[in-house]
Amino acid sequence: MTDAAIIWFTVRMAALATALLIPPALALAWLLARGTWRGKSVVETLVALPLVMPPVATGLILLKLVPHGVVFTWRAVVIAMMVMSSPFIVRAARVAFENVSPRYEQIARTLGAHEPRVFFTITLPLALRGIAGGVVLGFARALGEFGATILVAGNIPGRTTTLAVAIYDRVQLGHDSAAWQLVAAGVIVAFGAIWLSEKSTRRRA
Amino acid sequence: MTLVIDDLRIPLAHFDLEVSATMSARVTAIFGPSGAGKTSLLDAIAGLRRLQRGRITFDDVVLSDLPARARRIGYVPQETALFPHLSVERNIRYGGRHNEQHVVEVLEIGHLLDRGVTALSGGEQKRVALARALLTAPRLLLLDEPLSGLDRPLRDRVMQFLQRVRDDFNVPMLYVTHDEDELAAIADDVVRLDHGRIAV
Repeated sequence: MTDAAIIWFTVRMAALATALLIPPALALAWLLARGTWRGKSVVETLVALPLVMPPVATGLILLKLVPHGVVFTWRAVVIAMMVMSSPFIVRAARVAFENVSPRYEQIARTLGAHEPRVFFTITLPLALRGIAGGVVLGFARALGEFGATILVAGNIPGRTTTLAVAIYDRVQLGHDSAAWQLVAAGVIVAFGAIWLSEKSTRRRA
Repeated sequence: MTLVIDDLRIPLAHFDLEVSATMSARVTAIFGPSGAGKTSLLDAIAGLRRLQRGRITFDDVVLSDLPARARRIGYVPQETALFPHLSVERNIRYGGRHNEQHVVEVLEIGHLLDRGVTALSGGEQKRVALARALLTAPRLLLLDEPLSGLDRPLRDRVMQFLQRVRDDFNVPMLYVTHDEDELAAIADDVVRLDHGRIAV
């Protein structure tokens, strides 16, 4: 498998994972930011868990939860990336929603707007830059995902081998220079993602 | 056009807001010191605060049974709360375009329509917020300290616009203030509020 193919596969999987994660992550972030409900602090803690747990442990849990037909397929790669990226997107979006003054939403309601319109025309646009920063960070995290992926998706060339897994594989096989080529490519992609994130955060501030 | 607030009760941080009142003047001022519960009363009328008990009716419409979006109450909050990501034009059209040309002319905001709201002066922001509320064809207009944060010459000018709105549009107003001069300039009737109760 060529370096370009590995990088392209990883970018596609990370993009898909991020895209699939955005709607539920925004919904959860909005509920955490605006809602008062029982069990909210438990959910907040659960959301943060992948940040502090060893990724391998998360992978082991996923191995138990993911259906057999999905394990060791590209779908498992996407699931592992989604789980590991979710804290970045949910937490950034929650903070972004909290920073939108509820007064704007209230006044929109007095102007006749129903809740979906308030969300899509007031809350979401005002929170967008903060959310975008979190999405880019989540995407970058997905690109570099290793621990959970190796357990739940394995290392099947052309089917589940991501950038991080391929680097590890090449080092294990003693192909150091080939590993370094991938590291260089990975640094460039990750640098681009973080740079975009910083830029969006600075524009917001 | 009569607004009846019947046995209203809302718990606030330091006291309960408890109000019963009938308001039928063209402009009724709600007058009282800071922290008297004036803004909370406007929020309750607009449907932005849950009532612990009581009923609010406007003519034969029970407002307190309706969600905020169905009340047709124009609300100009103290901080204006203009949507910062929208132009003046998109702000004022957010709730409707009723009588748009006339409102824009009376409030003299035609030259501002393409501008972003964050670039407006304090007086311009007040006029745009007023236009946004009027374009929904409200049955009642709530003005929360509309001259706050403006210096003296600007206060006089914005007051002239408010008087024009009073005279040109057939919309009753509740006007929250703690300034005696504003009472004299615009109010037909006064409800005095102190510590959440109507002072006699």
